[in-house]
Amino acid sequence: MKENEKDRRDFMGMALGACAAVGGVGALYAAKRTWDPLPSVKAAGFTTIDLSGAQENVLNIEKWRGKPIFVLKKSADMKADERDIVIGSDRFHVSIGLCTHLGCIPAYEKDQHKFKCACHGGEFDASGHQIFGPPPSPLVIPPFKIDGTKLVLGESGPEYQKMLDAGITA
Amino acid sequence: MAHFEKAKNLNEWLDQRLAINTLKRVLNTEYWIPKDINFLWAMGMVLAATFGMLVLSGIFLLMYYKPDTNLAFDSVNYTIMSEVGYGWFWRHIHGVGASIVFLIIYIHMFTGIYYGSYKKGRELIWLSGMGLFVAFSAEAFSGYMLPWGQMSYWAGMVITNLFSGGSLELNGLVEWIRGDYVPGDAFLTRFFMLHVLLLPLVIIGLIVLHFGTLRIPHVNNQEGAEIDFKEAADLWKAGKKKESKVIPFSPVFLSKDIFVMGVYFILFFYLVFYNFNFAMDPVNFDPADGLKTPAHIYPEWYFLWSYEILRPFGKDAGLIAFAIAQLALFFLPFIDRSPNVAPAHKRGLFQVWFWVLIIDMIALTAMGKLPPTDPTFAFIGLVSAWTFLALGPILFIITMFEKKIEKGA
Repeated sequence: MKENEKDRRDFMGMALGACAAVGGVGALYAAKRTWDPLPSVKAAGFTTIDLSGAQENVLNIEKWRGKPIFVLKKSADMKADERDIVIGSDRFHVSIGLCTHLGCIPAYEKDQHKFKCACHGGEFDASGHQIFGPPPSPLVIPPFKIDGTKLVLGESGPEYQKMLDAGITA
Repeated sequence: MAHFEKAKNLNEWLDQRLAINTLKRVLNTEYWIPKDINFLWAMGMVLAATFGMLVLSGIFLLMYYKPDTNLAFDSVNYTIMSEVGYGWFWRHIHGVGASIVFLIIYIHMFTGIYYGSYKKGRELIWLSGMGLFVAFSAEAFSGYMLPWGQMSYWAGMVITNLFSGGSLELNGLVEWIRGDYVPGDAFLTRFFMLHVLLLPLVIIGLIVLHFGTLRIPHVNNQEGAEIDFKEAADLWKAGKKKESKVIPFSPVFLSKDIFVMGVYFILFFYLVFYNFNFAMDPVNFDPADGLKTPAHIYPEWYFLWSYEILRPFGKDAGLIAFAIAQLALFFLPFIDRSPNVAPAHKRGLFQVWFWVLIIDMIALTAMGKLPPTDPTFAFIGLVSAWTFLALGPILFIITMFEKKIEKGA
């Protein structure tokens, strides 16, 4: 009788444990999903930028997914780079304007043709390569599609795909 | 059911049902405190009182604050500061309290280190206290987000980016923490929840645990003397108060606590009424702007030392150094190999170590505030960061060879 009772209590304990485990995993999954970005946040992820009015060596800052986007039309004396976006005879540097170290916005130094981050002293050249300080990688190029003289951010065109495949941007 | 008699008064009625007389005895009148302790031992109650001020002022701020990225800035800087009667009063108590509480925490921590109060038998006091330090840090950071000024936004940006794991580029994790690609509405509301509900609950729980950990090993004393608390308590109860080495917490020690708190609150309210600006960063009076970084960003003074440990290294190394800096002090009871529970000035090399630690942390704090551009200061910062990292292994070695000291307790 005693033995028998122990077995039954063990069974109840195990059943409780199994139910609690299933419920716990379910609740954790629900909590994880609750903290995911909302669909409305994800859907608002496209921005179109018209590049036809850009001036040489003047940094324009646009906004995409809440992040600043650097658009810099390169002048003739600025070195060409595989990261450049070429439209007709113009070359553009386009990148997410957040330092790859911890995400501050670097300022553009017009005369020196470089970006300097005030937070931790990181520097990038006009093509977005890190040249000084703690940044571990070049400025990130956002997914883009060329549409005439316009750039659609958030959509991957063939030019972007080529950069991605070549490992030029993350 | 237990047997109940008709009670003669409210105290007796409650005692029959809640054992309040026993509680009072265990927690107050027969909770023994060594006589040989100075005002630094009152910092625990000073902290509890400051936390009380923060909760109280927070409740009043909560009634007008709006956790919405479009409304938050004005609800703090216009509604609470200009419209709500005495709204400025609660805000300044909250702002000054949030800053000063860290000063007292640091004094409390370094008192514990100086007198060896983290050692054998008291490890849990130290660990729960460090847990409180981390919880207070998270509470301070989440609160700093709420006015949604420029420093709030960019501190949120930089600190959440730490979770990208350096070169691991865990951007999905960062976006999950924020609930958006950048700090936005989802970010603000979840930090609001953390600040007003979850973290205060954690802090209150840890305070109860921290008090509980003290009950059996008892507080340390200035000489690190081992006291037979039972014997000493019996002497006190027998009326031999002069001969006894202990006093009851309440009302005898508490009267000293309250005197120290009185002095402290004079300073506290002097700051609240006449010098509240030190706790308010001017950059945070600009509304958050995701397209403009402030020229120079830095945390509040109490995080500068760990920020400076992060700063001089590359991304991955900086992250690792930062994590070590956050966690190193937790291990103090296990790094210190010496058997001596004694004040630092009786422990030879440990005293040197202690003051090097203090000076190094002051140097890190000073360098953390400066812009990263000056090479001399950046070099001092780098040396200080390495010094901090080296102090752990050094402590392990010097305390291993520390000789047992004879105590004339």
